Amino acid sequence: MPATIEVRGLVKRYGAITAVDGIDFTVDRGEFFGFLGPNGAGKTTTINVLCTLARPTAGSVRVAGHDVVREPHLVRQRIGIIFQDPSLDTQLTAWENLALHARVYGIPSTSWRPRAEELLRMVELWERRNSLVRTFSGGMKRRLEIVRGLLHAPEILFLDEPTLGLDPQTRRQIWVYLAELRRQTGVTLFLTTHYLEEAEQCDRVAIIDHGRIIALDAPERLKARVGRDIILLSTEDNTRAVQELKERFGLVPMVVDGTVRIEAERGDELIPQLVRQLTVPIRSVSLRRPSLDDVFLALTGRQIRDEEASDLDLMRERMRVRH
Amino acid sequence: MATIEVVERLRPPSAVMRALIGIFTLWQRDLLRYWRDRTRIAGGLAQPLLFLIIFGAGLSPWMGTLGGATVGPDYLQFLYPGIIGMSVLFSSIFSAVSVVWDREFGFLKELLVAPIPRWAIVVGKALGGSTTSMLQGLLLLLLAPLIGVRLQLGTILLLIPLLFLLAFSLSSIGLVIAARMRSTEGFGLVMNFLVTPLLFLSGALYPLNNLPTWLTVLTRIDPVTYGIDAIRRVVLSSAGVPQPVIDQLGVTLFGHPLHPLLDAVIVLILGIFLIVLAARQFARPD
Repeated sequence: MPATIEVRGLVKRYGAITAVDGIDFTVDRGEFFGFLGPNGAGKTTTINVLCTLARPTAGSVRVAGHDVVREPHLVRQRIGIIFQDPSLDTQLTAWENLALHARVYGIPSTSWRPRAEELLRMVELWERRNSLVRTFSGGMKRRLEIVRGLLHAPEILFLDEPTLGLDPQTRRQIWVYLAELRRQTGVTLFLTTHYLEEAEQCDRVAIIDHGRIIALDAPERLKARVGRDIILLSTEDNTRAVQELKERFGLVPMVVDGTVRIEAERGDELIPQLVRQLTVPIRSVSLRRPSLDDVFLALTGRQIRDEEASDLDLMRERMRVRH
Repeated sequence: MATIEVVERLRPPSAVMRALIGIFTLWQRDLLRYWRDRTRIAGGLAQPLLFLIIFGAGLSPWMGTLGGATVGPDYLQFLYPGIIGMSVLFSSIFSAVSVVWDREFGFLKELLVAPIPRWAIVVGKALGGSTTSMLQGLLLLLLAPLIGVRLQLGTILLLIPLLFLLAFSLSSIGLVIAARMRSTEGFGLVMNFLVTPLLFLSGALYPLNNLPTWLTVLTRIDPVTYGIDAIRRVVLSSAGVPQPVIDQLGVTLFGHPLHPLLDAVIVLILGIFLIVLAARQFARPD
């Protein structure tokens, strides 16, 4: 598969702040590629450079066969973007928003109208095409933006935190549509997210932190690196439990969010031993396979989840903007 | 594989074509939004009407006929073209500053990643704002009979380009400011420190002759002065006011009375200068 995105040594600085600190990666045509990392890791900045909204400070970036600095308009013609924040004209109808988009992308109406109809039917907005976008819910706006982003048949669809601020049901629905669109159009998807379950669906995931890519592989392979089972223990006295686990079991426990976290090759066999032999009373035990969050934890010593509280702040921010 | 209608991939349009498409699309969008927002049309009429009916009618009896003798217009007739200009001023600046709205609501991003040059966004926005502001100004012509001003068709045809030019120049001022604004919180500031001085210095409310020197200088810097002067000369002339009286009430530059055509040229040159400035500021990438 030929690469459709090629990034070499990309650096982006805003004054003294280095948002992206020398990253390299390629994305193949038709691939579903994810950028996973906490807020402020450099995901949106990278997308802005790839979408020609920001100029790279250093490095070379080719998207859909064109250099983003030298031929931005050719890149723009070939990519679709779903921004983190809504970017529709709420005073126009859904159809008018699409018509405006088709016009500025230079698509003849004989070509975009049937496509718009099919896409709108697929995301179940066809009946609402003549309603003002102002009257749409957050999920409907997102779906309309997906239709708009795909209207000019882009080779790559960029999705910057596409489900941020949506309720879980709407989020699932959006992903059902995206999977269907991908199946039918073969479009390359470039996703940034800090939702782990979204990153799990990608073909490959780049984990980004402090402007650097710290791991890049298929989610299964990334998880295989952590490899071992994860046991979470909730006890009466975590400090004592940690001490006992170190001394008597030779384990390397960590306390994360008030629970003791242990990695072990065969977690299912270890649990009965722990229950029998620990002197500290145990409140609960759970076992799970490693997630991408564990990969992030293993690489950085932090959890992506720690940052999720700021989701709420982002939503508040949006409410303020929307009034 | 692809069951979704495939868009025929045309040769990308030339740079000029892309710019023209962008300008036209944005112009059309502004018109559509204007037409849809009836409250804005009504609200935009309310303020000039209040000025005319309350301010104008209140002051008129104290002023008698302006320009001496008995042939001059009364204050209401003098004020009327000024109020048309004021309406264009308010509506142009605010439609231009609405770019900040687009930025805050995210729509500007959709335009910034579209394959159209950024300067085309600015020009399209300016032309859209000028057209709607011109329409807003033209609506006030319906009041002419009440003010006692008779308008011929020729006058209206003359006023259309004059209002448009003034609106274009003012929209460009608004865009220069909007290019730097990141939130709508600056709206009040723009109102107090830009629109109000532009209005008070413009000659909309009083004749700009026999003023203290400092005020004369400031009024001649205000671009609105020339726009309103042109409108006033055309309207008063159509109302049958003799030319010497018009010249007495109109703006002079270095002691010479201006011609509406010269007024228009001054406004046009300013407009072009400002739109280039606005386009350059918008085109600066991050």
